[in-house]
Amino acid sequence: MEHVVIIGNGISGVTAARHIRKLSNKRITIFSVETDYFFSRTALMYVYMGHMKFEHTQPYENWFWAKNRIELKKGFVESIDYSSKKLSLSGGDQFTYDKLILAVGSKPNKFGWPGQNLKGVQGLYSKQDLDLMEENTSRHKVDRAVIVGGGLIGVEMAEMLHSRNISVSFFVREDRFWGNVLPLKEAAIVEEHLIKKGVDLRFNTELKEIISDENGRVKAVIASTGEELACQFVGLTTGVSPNIDFLKDSDLETEEGIVVNQFLETNQTDVYSIGDCAQFSKPLAGRKKIEQVWYTGRIMGETVAQTICGNKLAYKPGHWFNSAKFFDIEYQTYGCLNSMLQEDETNFYWEHKNGKMCMHFVFDKASRKFLGLNTLGIRIRHEVMDRHLDADATIDKVMEQLKDANFDPEFYRLYEDEIVAKFNQEQGTKITVKKRSWKRILGLG
Amino acid sequence: MKNLRNIGLVIFLGGFSIFITSLFVGTYKISEDKLKALYDATEEIDKGDTIAGSLTKTAIELHILDKEFSNQFSFSSHLSDLFNKSNAVIAESFAEKDGITANEVEKIYDLAIVDGKVIYSKDVVERVFFDNNKKQKLLIANTSWMFKESKSYEKVADFKKDFEKKLKGINGKLGEKYFVWDNKYSRFDLVKASSNGPITDNKGLFLFLTFGLCIIGTLMYILPGAILMGGPGIKNNGVYHDPATNRGWIGILAFLFLIFFYILLYFYPWLIVPWTSIVDPFKGLFIEGASASQWFLYGTLYTVSMCVMGIRMFIKYRHNRYQIVRTASVLSFQIIFAFLLVEILPLFDLPAMDLKNAWPLDYDMFFDWNVKGHFDSGTVGIFMFVWGVVLSVIVIPVMVYFYGKRWYCSWVCGCGGLAETLGDPYRQLSDKRLITWKIERWMIYGVFLFAIIMTIFSGYHSYNEVNYPEMSGKDVLFGMSAYNIREWYGFLIGSIFAGVIGTGFYPILGNRAWCRFGCPLAAYMGIVQRFKSRFRITTNGGQCISCGNCSTYCEQGIDVRAYAQKGQNIIRASCVGCGVCSAVCPRGVLNLENAPNTDGSRMEAPEVILGNEGLKEFLNK
Repeated sequence: MEHVVIIGNGISGVTAARHIRKLSNKRITIFSVETDYFFSRTALMYVYMGHMKFEHTQPYENWFWAKNRIELKKGFVESIDYSSKKLSLSGGDQFTYDKLILAVGSKPNKFGWPGQNLKGVQGLYSKQDLDLMEENTSRHKVDRAVIVGGGLIGVEMAEMLHSRNISVSFFVREDRFWGNVLPLKEAAIVEEHLIKKGVDLRFNTELKEIISDENGRVKAVIASTGEELACQFVGLTTGVSPNIDFLKDSDLETEEGIVVNQFLETNQTDVYSIGDCAQFSKPLAGRKKIEQVWYTGRIMGETVAQTICGNKLAYKPGHWFNSAKFFDIEYQTYGCLNSMLQEDETNFYWEHKNGKMCMHFVFDKASRKFLGLNTLGIRIRHEVMDRHLDADATIDKVMEQLKDANFDPEFYRLYEDEIVAKFNQEQGTKITVKKRSWKRILGLG
Repeated sequence: MKNLRNIGLVIFLGGFSIFITSLFVGTYKISEDKLKALYDATEEIDKGDTIAGSLTKTAIELHILDKEFSNQFSFSSHLSDLFNKSNAVIAESFAEKDGITANEVEKIYDLAIVDGKVIYSKDVVERVFFDNNKKQKLLIANTSWMFKESKSYEKVADFKKDFEKKLKGINGKLGEKYFVWDNKYSRFDLVKASSNGPITDNKGLFLFLTFGLCIIGTLMYILPGAILMGGPGIKNNGVYHDPATNRGWIGILAFLFLIFFYILLYFYPWLIVPWTSIVDPFKGLFIEGASASQWFLYGTLYTVSMCVMGIRMFIKYRHNRYQIVRTASVLSFQIIFAFLLVEILPLFDLPAMDLKNAWPLDYDMFFDWNVKGHFDSGTVGIFMFVWGVVLSVIVIPVMVYFYGKRWYCSWVCGCGGLAETLGDPYRQLSDKRLITWKIERWMIYGVFLFAIIMTIFSGYHSYNEVNYPEMSGKDVLFGMSAYNIREWYGFLIGSIFAGVIGTGFYPILGNRAWCRFGCPLAAYMGIVQRFKSRFRITTNGGQCISCGNCSTYCEQGIDVRAYAQKGQNIIRASCVGCGVCSAVCPRGVLNLENAPNTDGSRMEAPEVILGNEGLKEFLNK
């Protein structure tokens, strides 16, 4: 029986295992050094904030794995011999594989700041990071923290610390929050919300140095502005990079990540790589060479499972989508919406007077083809947007059927009429919004 | 702001301590006047006098008349004796008047035992009671099985034993309608009538010191939350760090108190008489000078808890209009239908019916006393009964078809109402394991079946009561008495499951233990919801990140995430549509919807989760 070995029990590796099991009878083993069982990485923040216990982040009960004949092994893979298809674990144990999937994830970036390895300085990615954060902030008295890096994990960390009444200074290198992704106006809404929550947001600010106390624990940081801030905790959230140190200097081709082709194959026979650690030799049009999102990890897992089970399948994700939550403001995005308008693009932006909700559409100037949508504070129906993108729908059609797209809970105030009225005014169109139609939404008839 | 909160907590604890302590305040003394006043309420004139007279006499014999007891515990320890002995006194006096006397027994023995042989017969009876037709009939009806034609006795002693045993039964029953049976109701009435002391003298003051302080304190604790917890939005911070909500010591204490309260309420109501005295002034608003029963106390506590904790819901979910509307609805139904109307209807000689309570949750709907109560109250009473049937048979399934069972469970129902308000802090404690789902299905459908069987028996019984009042064994079907089945159902399901476990276990099993494992109405609606309804929780394409907030905060223990992460809609018989999974989802994945259902669009998992274009194309090929 063919033995498929997967290194890494995150969403990518586990999805691959589940789908291989669905499609075949192969022997499947997952190695992880992080945890005994798969958990949802994105949910770690809720454990810290007391919304959940760690076991609640585990999507499957513990019996699930044996029942589905997925062997789980805890251990650190130290080296891989690709020619004899052998793995060596740090304890000395050896395992052979027929097919190997590397789904080893990422690690927080550290850019060589002085003091970056002091106690009380950390990133947030793994279960171990969560435990460390718990220890750093509850076993030691922390009333001030500095977070470096204005992205998703940074804002998560700010929310976590805020829930424990720790005041946060947030260093952002760019002139706005999540500047490489969010357009100005969305960023402004999030910024205002963060400030209202008491986060001390500092733009155009980088970390210069972290200063130690007599016990090797952080006591202050020096910002690029020269200012020194006393703090007892530093969160390094300047992105993550593939966790592939143990694979470097081997026959496996790596750059930033493990280099793969469109079939998620590495340069070694029968070795595949998926998820955060995979780097596409030729990125798909409009997408990054390393995709570090939950959904892409899952899609890669589904895809590689087909290939391993004999249906050679290229990684071909559909239209881009993503979501996040910044304290109390939910964010969703569908299609392609860059932080800056591209040359042929134009946009339409609506914002609620409460300053917490917005909808931002981007479409092609000439053809009026709908390209992408950002929303804050309004939930959007994925299927509807995906269908519009699939059909190359015009912005006018999207507007006309805007009520179909709303996914807010019942009794929520609806703004489609207001939004389309503003659109008509700006664009000189005469669109009337159609009533919500289940027939269209469910694609019936 | 934080100080205000702490002061609130102290005030609440103060009020609560006074409430607990009040159980031990006051003295108890029965007097002739009180007994007369208590039993004079009965409709027949001589009845009240007879009972009160006999109880007075017995109380004197037991040396408890006009004696002051320092608490209800020592006082009530005499009640069993008092009732039983008084009943015996009544029985004796009736036996003397209408029963078979010792003298008459001797006469029977003289004729029925000849030369050491038993020849008891109808003839013997007729000869002894030639002048008393009534006694003749009574004896023949009860002892014909002992006549020599039917039974031969070898020993005289055996005959005498049987005869005297039967006689005791006959004589004992003569005064039966004047008996005061020793049960929780008579005990409660007598203890309540006998209570004195600071509470009975200052009911209004105690109402303020207990209910008043608890309400004020809780509101002072809850209201600042609007600011302290930060702006509108999901605020479950610290839920699993707090010993009140993570099955910690505060949760255990709350659990013990609730269990203790329910056991007293259902099985030892006479011990909580002081609590009922506290709410007498409130009862007085409906009927001047009326005395509150334990059920009025319970109704008041229930409604007050719901209202106060409902305010907490309004604050906690002020960003979520579904939660606001739903909470307002469930509060209105409780206040108007379950509380006010139940108090007001009897003022118009109508049955005290909770008009929103549907069979089989309303399990005594077809009990003989309830059916008769409605039929005796004229057209409106009959109309109310018909409404009850229409509600269960037509309104419930039709509404579940259109909106799912949530229209009842989390918009209307009283049990649901308490769970969604008082119980909200405990919703995360429901067990999510697959094994528990299996147990759940066996239990809830087991109870449903039990309710159906019980209803068939009581329906048969009530039908006979209405149509053949003279029939003997009206209550017996297939050799089992409707009374027995009813009693077991009431004890096991009505009291233990719905009350003691259903609410008492909030801090342990979560707030919907009854609704999930026991409620037969939920089972009934669940079947409709699962197989024939427009309701579903829609999963939003591929947006799920498996974080687990939805499953954690599902009070019904549904593993919502298991569906959402597959891109599958959630359609579970047990879903009460509280909407909290949708509320806590950080990615906008879940939404409660009513929509058409064609091609299995409602519940089938998609072959490919939205987003994997390559796999979709491959599978479509």
